[in-house]
Amino acid sequence: MRKYVIRRLAFLLVSLALASVTLFVLLRIMPGDPANALLPVGATPEQITAAQHQVGSDLPLIVQFLHWIRDLSTFHFGTSIISSYSVGPEIASRLSLTVPLTLIAFVVAVAIAIPLGFIAAFKAKTWYGALLNGFSQLGIAIPVFWVGVIFIFIFALKMMILPSGGIPPEGWANFPGMLKYLILPVATIALVMSSSLTRYVRSATLDVLGSDYLRTSRSLGSTFTQAMVRHGLRNAAAPVISIVGIELATTFVGAVVVESVFALPGLGSLLVRAIAQHDYPVIQGVLFISTFAVLIIGFFADLIQRLVDPRLITNLSGGLK
Amino acid sequence: MKTVKAHRSWSLIIGLAIISTIILVALISWLWLPYSLDNTDGGRLSQPSATHWLGTDKLGRDLVSRLMVGARIALTVGFSAVLIAGVVGLTLGMAAGFAQKWLDESLSALLDILIAFPTLLLAMLIVAARGSSLTSAIFAIGFGMSAIIARLTRLLVKRVLSKDFITASRASGTSWPRIIALHVLPNIWPTLIVSFALQFGLAGLAEASLSYLGLGAPPPNASWGSLLQEAQATVMTSPIAAIAPGLLLVALVISVNLIADGLREVADPTLRRAR
Amino acid sequence: MNILEIRNLTITTSANVKVVSDVSLLIAPGARLGVIGESGSGKSLTALACIGLLPSQLSATGSVILGDINPQEIIGVSDKVLNSIRGRVASIVFQEPITALDPLMKIGRQLAEPLRRHQGLSGDALEKAIIQALEEVRINNPSRIATSFPHQISGGERQRAAIAMALACKPSLLIADEPTTALDVTVQSEVLALLDSIVSERNMALLFISHDLAVVGQITDNVIVLKDGAIVESGLLREIMKKPTHPYTQDLVKNALILDDALDIAKGGA
Repeated sequence: MRKYVIRRLAFLLVSLALASVTLFVLLRIMPGDPANALLPVGATPEQITAAQHQVGSDLPLIVQFLHWIRDLSTFHFGTSIISSYSVGPEIASRLSLTVPLTLIAFVVAVAIAIPLGFIAAFKAKTWYGALLNGFSQLGIAIPVFWVGVIFIFIFALKMMILPSGGIPPEGWANFPGMLKYLILPVATIALVMSSSLTRYVRSATLDVLGSDYLRTSRSLGSTFTQAMVRHGLRNAAAPVISIVGIELATTFVGAVVVESVFALPGLGSLLVRAIAQHDYPVIQGVLFISTFAVLIIGFFADLIQRLVDPRLITNLSGGLK
Repeated sequence: MKTVKAHRSWSLIIGLAIISTIILVALISWLWLPYSLDNTDGGRLSQPSATHWLGTDKLGRDLVSRLMVGARIALTVGFSAVLIAGVVGLTLGMAAGFAQKWLDESLSALLDILIAFPTLLLAMLIVAARGSSLTSAIFAIGFGMSAIIARLTRLLVKRVLSKDFITASRASGTSWPRIIALHVLPNIWPTLIVSFALQFGLAGLAEASLSYLGLGAPPPNASWGSLLQEAQATVMTSPIAAIAPGLLLVALVISVNLIADGLREVADPTLRRAR
Repeated sequence: MNILEIRNLTITTSANVKVVSDVSLLIAPGARLGVIGESGSGKSLTALACIGLLPSQLSATGSVILGDINPQEIIGVSDKVLNSIRGRVASIVFQEPITALDPLMKIGRQLAEPLRRHQGLSGDALEKAIIQALEEVRINNPSRIATSFPHQISGGERQRAAIAMALACKPSLLIADEPTTALDVTVQSEVLALLDSIVSERNMALLFISHDLAVVGQITDNVIVLKDGAIVESGLLREIMKKPTHPYTQDLVKNALILDDALDIAKGGA
């Protein structure tokens, strides 16, 4: 196991390196100079040179790359081209919204999916079990931003019981207020995520219900409940845990989109604005942090999965057989 | 050659029916629209009426016409992205499937990294680099999905290659290209087609998300996503304008999911129902 | 008193198809009965019906009485009653050990479950009992097996472990449903010999199910032949081999003898 952890860590670092290089390359092949964002139409040559110098695009590409690596390792993301704020702290403050939003939405989605998935599996042959299954199939087809708009329409505009967007000015200092403003965004993300999670839980539970080892346990005298608890739970959890990493990443992406629906000042809205404005340092910073987060989540998810399922430890080559 | 057992699948029938309708609408939209997209005489944000079946948008353009154009875009993105994902993914996947030891491990590792990265973020990255346009979106989404296709292909190829009839074929002197054409491809394409169908829907959703965020094709190419984004501000006056695009997206994705389920059933009806 | 009495057992699906029709059989304490049949003959379902573990979509009518000291009707009885009987009076060894064992749990812990329940053991006594149980099924290196997961040991070792689990509660009747079919040929005869000796030593009754005449013949003399859910022949195996009455049995015997002849010829003489 220890050997695997080291190997996986090395893999993580390589992935990070690869991601940094890719980010760097992709953003530099954009037609046009990043300095253009700073310039008015019909700028004089002196203005152009000054802007390039400010942005650093007059330096050789290699030097730019080395600066990039140096900055990344110290989490210095430079300053915004458009508004001259320091990117690092801005990202940090935005994370304080996006991270809780993602986590809360994920927890809510899981809390919904587990019981629903169980019911859908146990009652798979009944009409409501089939209905539940149908709903979860529907849920994965629904665009998350559409749900958001519909929720705003119903709860904020028609019924007027919840805010339609934004956050309280004091931020987390106003904890209850913050929660109130996050109800709809969380509900939006959780609705969509719980659909796919329910399908996984249902599938895993069905596998367990039809399994031979459950039958063996019962043939030796255990009650159905005893057999399920002793054998069923762990075996059902294993496949679900294996997708937690990906689902968490998907939740994060959902949060990024939903922030635009509800005008939440999180990482997502920062990214969207930066892309529209060609604000490179910001784009780089946000995407790097996102990549970093996704890779780290994947790393831990992988480790947890291997702790849960001993069969995986023996199959070290390139993922699951 | 594997023969497909004849078996009526309601999923397949319904799915095909829905998507055919959408395709029909898109095709018609090239020849005829109820109102041209430049026509802003409808009165701003009017309600559904006999002349404008779903009302008009904030500039007075007929909503039905805009939705029909949106269908075009959704389908174009779906087909193109899946095409790209298929070509790139199949090639990479085949290469990985035939590769051994360290080459295989590195390719798999690369694929795992790509897959771990959410498609939408990848798409945003590419759009950031190349600017917002329909082609950027298509390339971005297609590229993101190719990793999934590649991994699936690799798995399938490895499975086929481990079978005895391949060894027998080689022993009788068949060349690799012939083996690929005669044995590998026929055995992997059923599962791949199912995956393509699913990815089609996901591509549509991804493009809609990009457009909603303003990172997709710029107006007047009204993708359903942008329509929804426009409609959000005026959802109180004209809820239809916000509901309709979403509904159509849902219909599109459901139809391809049904097709995917149906294909699975047809290929092997003894398999337990879509899990 | 018989250890197992089945009378007119009929099992139907929810679509009213009969998968087992009017099966009756008796096993006295310490006696053995073989059930021969191909897949779909209803033999496994009959076995499951003996301890009330039929899948929920099937329903059974008739009578299954298990146990000689405290005979208990199995059909239609509550789970509570069944739980006290299962494992104690009768237990089953299934065909496929890799799926019959929990893939995420070590063998030792799986064995501990019935041992703890039926012998009330814990702590060191439990650990010792686990090792002993594994030794009794002639597993080499029982401590390694006890700390291994099912996929880490061989098929033969898995099946022996499964047998150990079935024996842990000291049942009076062992039901073996194709216990050697999924094993390698060399391992098959070892496991068969193991079953034979254990059942003899403990004076257990045995219900042995298989599609293979030769395998059944090695472990029991009395057999019944099932086809499409009904008994088509019953009696002593060697009598049946000499004079099969039902066309299906005639086929079975013929095919078994062809193989036999072939082996004889290979050995160089009748």
